[in-house]
Amino acid sequence: MTLPSATLLAQSALSGLFVGALYGLIGLGLGLSWGLLRTINLAHFAFTFAAAYLCYQLVTSTGIDPLLTLAVIAPLFFALGCALHWLVQRFDVSPLNSLLLTFGVTAIIEAGIQALWSADFRRLESHYAQARFKLGALFVPVPELITLVVALALSLAIWALLKHTDLGKALRAAAIDAPIAAAFGVNQRALSLLLAGTCAALAAVAGVCLSLSFTLAPSQIYAWVGVVFAAVMMGGLGSALGPLAAGIVIGVSEALTMAITAPSWAPIVSFTLLIALLLLRPGRA
Amino acid sequence: MKQPAVVTLLAGGALLALVPWLHLPAFYESILYLVLHWVLLATSWNILSGYSGYFSFGHGAFFGAGVYTTAVLAGKFDWPFLATLPMAAAVAAVLGLALGAVVFRVRGVRGEVFALLTLAVTFVLATIVLNTPIDGGPGIYLSGVQVPRLAPTQPGTFYLLALAGAVGALLVAHVVQRSRLGVGLFAIHDDEDAAEVMGVPTYRYKLVALAISCALAGLAGGVHALFISYVTTGEVFSITVPLTVILMSVLGGTRHWAGPAVGATAITLLLYAFTKGDLALAGKATTGAVLIAAILFMPQGIVPWLLSLRRAAAPAAADAAPRETVQAPMPASTPRGEALLRATALTKSFVGVQALAGVDIEVRRGEILGLIGPNGSGKSTFINVVSGHHAATSGAITFEGREIARLAAHRIAHAGIARTYQIPRPFAHLSVRDNVAAAAMFGGAALSASRARAEADHWLAFTGLAVKADALPDALNLHQRKFLELARALASRPRLVLLDEVLCGLNPAEIDDAVALIRRIRDAGTTVVFVEHVMRAVMALSDRLVVLDHGQLLAVGPAAEVMQRRDVVDAYLGTAHAAAGH
Repeated sequence: MTLPSATLLAQSALSGLFVGALYGLIGLGLGLSWGLLRTINLAHFAFTFAAAYLCYQLVTSTGIDPLLTLAVIAPLFFALGCALHWLVQRFDVSPLNSLLLTFGVTAIIEAGIQALWSADFRRLESHYAQARFKLGALFVPVPELITLVVALALSLAIWALLKHTDLGKALRAAAIDAPIAAAFGVNQRALSLLLAGTCAALAAVAGVCLSLSFTLAPSQIYAWVGVVFAAVMMGGLGSALGPLAAGIVIGVSEALTMAITAPSWAPIVSFTLLIALLLLRPGRA
Repeated sequence: MKQPAVVTLLAGGALLALVPWLHLPAFYESILYLVLHWVLLATSWNILSGYSGYFSFGHGAFFGAGVYTTAVLAGKFDWPFLATLPMAAAVAAVLGLALGAVVFRVRGVRGEVFALLTLAVTFVLATIVLNTPIDGGPGIYLSGVQVPRLAPTQPGTFYLLALAGAVGALLVAHVVQRSRLGVGLFAIHDDEDAAEVMGVPTYRYKLVALAISCALAGLAGGVHALFISYVTTGEVFSITVPLTVILMSVLGGTRHWAGPAVGATAITLLLYAFTKGDLALAGKATTGAVLIAAILFMPQGIVPWLLSLRRAAAPAAADAAPRETVQAPMPASTPRGEALLRATALTKSFVGVQALAGVDIEVRRGEILGLIGPNGSGKSTFINVVSGHHAATSGAITFEGREIARLAAHRIAHAGIARTYQIPRPFAHLSVRDNVAAAAMFGGAALSASRARAEADHWLAFTGLAVKADALPDALNLHQRKFLELARALASRPRLVLLDEVLCGLNPAEIDDAVALIRRIRDAGTTVVFVEHVMRAVMALSDRLVVLDHGQLLAVGPAAEVMQRRDVVDAYLGTAHAAAGH
């Protein structure tokens, strides 16, 4: 095996960093929902893709900047997330059953996407889709850079919110023991609706970022499930910074594996990491 | 008829085996094949995951192992197709055993962690298959492989193979559910630690269930490889297989052997009904909607829901058959006073805390030994270590002359030690009677299932719970739950029973009941060690007292004597109190 040049390796690591940021961004809402609401929301991936398609549609038909579409898309998905969580609360769905319930939601959204936009691949065309600049010997694509910045900003903001505000403390207390938190005056139902809505809005942001740099197809919904779950589990459930950090570790190690061996070996990296972590530190999740 | 379900299954299977000779259009045989294929897969998944609650998302890996075993043996090494099927089952089972041997040893790998771990294994296996000569990338064509003619048509042959597999899997699922293995798996589902301490060999049972589950999935894969005749890693190791079988099983009901089959039939036919024309999308959406409705309105699944309807219609009259009466089943009383259990230099450290710092405690046969001390003095830890719930850090424990400190908890239970938990831990989905019967089956008594039920009724009468025998533990109040804990401990006919604060939270009248009950237990020949804070009961019951403080032995002796000692009073009430001269 010959080792590729240093430039190529660095460029691979950089692209791994960008993909990892997207893993982290998708995983952010998923992990918060799992850790703090005890809902394993498989529909998070469907929300992400539905938002990506909506963004694609808005940009294609009106020509506005993709990032501006969030003004419409984020509130819409906030409402959707609230509605789904209301159902989960109303029927007192257990964590494992929430997985199945949201799988049902995913199947419906997937069918809806396929009905509206067909099963063909779609690619968002925006004025900066191909934009890139040179940093030393490396090329930095602008859409991916936007994703990284957004992921970093949102993860840090939510981390600060959970750690330092009363709202965040109430959320964490409610996650540990909802009835006791309620006895101390935490309005757990309202808070969890707020959080579920926020998670769905985060999925929408991730979806818009996804549409900036990836081709869309309904079947692609499932392609992200395994690796994003890996990032969430490695990063820690309910953690705000964990998924991003773990996502970047996975992304970079995948990219380096692809550069050194063959692209088809990439999945083994993230999942071997996950298996090792689960076996060595099962308490973590 | 003793086993009507088995006869119905065999007769139904024999009848269905005639279908290929009806000369239906070939696509009917293919649809029926698919129904049976999913019945086999869903049933196989349920044997581990439904019964024990270890939801596996890795069923695609075991199915895929079967697919590729047959594909490689038949497609590349020219094995006859039927000869590859046992190999497909064996390879999948070995894979499952290897995975289970690692995963089931780690205590924290439960619930969601197990689900994701098995999912990850699927992707790792897929990557390995894709990148090695097993597949290598292009997939394996099997159109050249000879399929034996078991029926007039080739789809008919596949149909018969799937039928045999499905009927076999249902028989296995039925037998397992009725066996000790099944009872043990259901106990693991509700509370694995309590099951282990009660005597269920949890590790072995999970491993056996996983191996059976994997072998059946591998068999399904082996047949399916030739049915699709072109296999690729992308199709075989997808997330669709585990999700579909979970969906089917949950829809049908995971706590009944027939549940997954009902769910598989419903979903396969539903999907098929929509595949004609442009309705495939509507089918996908409808399946999603059915799943949502099922989870919300029938969280138990179709089959348990139907059974509960039938039970509501016909009240429990059939259950009045006379039961074999059981003699007071206590061990023959042996000379009192000799050492039954001896702990020597026993220590137990948790991270940063030494809960037991080298204690020597002797329990004498036939006595009631009270174990007291301030909170955090190591009383409950002592019970946890003796019962095997926690492993001792160092030191020795001998029970009837046999070293038990390094034994697994279920072996300690078999040796004749039972315990109760301070906060009752009944198996939530088993009736009160089955809770106690499980203890009689798995504990030192090791009774058969039917003897165990009679034994359970005896102990329910003993503890005054007979009227609640058919209720679920949820329907009991705290007093009754504590007595259920007692009945469960006694049903294993222990020679030593460890009671962890059975009186805590009870009112004075209930305490009097419990004190009388504990006396009766001892009078029947069982040695009792009990941890307690209610001093009135401690003084009334104890032959001897052991006082622990900060993990060390402070005092041993007759109750009245020990409670006069200055250091004991200090430890309990603080030195200020003692200095005040009370």
